[in-house]
Amino acid sequence: MSPFSWDHFLTMGGYAAYVWPAFAVFFIVLAADYLSPGLRRRRNLRELRARMARQSARQQQRTPASP
Amino acid sequence: MNPTRKRRLTIVLLVAAAAVVAVGLIVFALQQNMNYLFTPSQVQTGQANSYKTFRLGGMVKAGSIQRSSDSLKVTFTVVDAAGSMPVEYTGILPDLFRDNQSVIATGHMDNARFMATEVLAKHDETYMPKELKDAMAKAHQGKQVDETAGQDKPQ
Amino acid sequence: MANWIPLWVHKLSSPPNFYRFAGVLRPWALGLALLFGAIALYGGLVLAPADYQQGDAYRIIFIHVPCAWMSLFIYGLMAVASFISLVWRIKLAEVVAMESAPIGAAFTFITLVTGSLWGKPMWGTWWTWDARLTSELVLLFLYLGVIGLYHSFEDRRQGARAAAFLAIIGIINVPIVHFSVNWWNTLHQGSTVRILGPSKMSSDMLWPLLTMMVATKFYYIASLFGRVRTDLLSMESGKDWVRQIADQEGRP
Repeated sequence: MSPFSWDHFLTMGGYAAYVWPAFAVFFIVLAADYLSPGLRRRRNLRELRARMARQSARQQQRTPASP
Repeated sequence: MNPTRKRRLTIVLLVAAAAVVAVGLIVFALQQNMNYLFTPSQVQTGQANSYKTFRLGGMVKAGSIQRSSDSLKVTFTVVDAAGSMPVEYTGILPDLFRDNQSVIATGHMDNARFMATEVLAKHDETYMPKELKDAMAKAHQGKQVDETAGQDKPQ
Repeated sequence: MANWIPLWVHKLSSPPNFYRFAGVLRPWALGLALLFGAIALYGGLVLAPADYQQGDAYRIIFIHVPCAWMSLFIYGLMAVASFISLVWRIKLAEVVAMESAPIGAAFTFITLVTGSLWGKPMWGTWWTWDARLTSELVLLFLYLGVIGLYHSFEDRRQGARAAAFLAIIGIINVPIVHFSVNWWNTLHQGSTVRILGPSKMSSDMLWPLLTMMVATKFYYIASLFGRVRTDLLSMESGKDWVRQIADQEGRP
């Protein structure tokens, strides 16, 4: 095994233009896939809370008016 | 299982069976279409005559690569077990293009020469460090190591 | 519900229980994915020697092949879950099937892009209509078809049923992708790693590849659980347990 060199690692024996973009695609796509449901979840819960707030507000309005 | 589920299951299985038949037909059609790859000996026996352009597959004969000094033109010979075919190509070749490498060239015949418009290099599924390869070559010295010839056949 | 299914499966597959279960397991799955992934990358990019033919360009294999395996594995799992959801109408199976599709599509996309980046320097082309490449592209379209069908119905359960149907039909493409290199004379080489018989790779290159395979499996679990949790919340958004969660997370 040849000793590690940063130069060789970064240039990938001349194939850096192919190897590094491939790894970049791998990380970017998977990171996007991993994070997207979290954003969707937060949005859903926010909407649900807004709906719950509206409901309870309506109930409070109604309670004093009712006989 | 109750009758509704049974019916549902049958429908699903029937659709799956229909899909199998459909795909089988597609595979059959593809098989016909993918046959336009010929080896040099097949070309020499006239099997490619009905195709204007076709693909030529084989191995680059060692020592046959000749590069033009003033252009990207390159000539080489593609061989298989029984035949050989001179090929002419102008353009950038893939990095794996070298002696004894399997190649697939697309093009047409012109006076017993194959004029390629595209040359692709094929590699095998073996990966090993160079040191190991050299050691193996040394161990096999004297014997005819014909690894590349067997590569194209699926195992 | 069929009565031969064990009780614990029933309990676990109830939405609030699975939500909690997935929430506990997800960080562990992600942690293991990152750990194995880091080891595999170090082994593949630093420790593994260059290939005798392809030099350093072959290092794309350490992501290309595990992603290709995952693209087929996830499809198989999605089809099985679809089948279960169609026949037994288990809500959780439906959610698992529908939320597997985007992850599978992501892995298929990575497979195609990294393969293209590998093919250009080695074969001499970004793309060719080779049987392996074409069938993998069909796999991507199948995933996109499942996702599209799922979202094209107003009633999401109806959409899930239609999409599950497509997923089951499309399973036929999985063996085609796998065996395409044997059935046709393709530009793409045969399988390097074999379950039967010795693999065609030296061991210092093989172990990072297998480690990355483990990492992608854990990643799938982590990503799937996150997606399933989100889906369960929105599916059951009127129920008390979801309101409780919304309440808790709304508090500063």
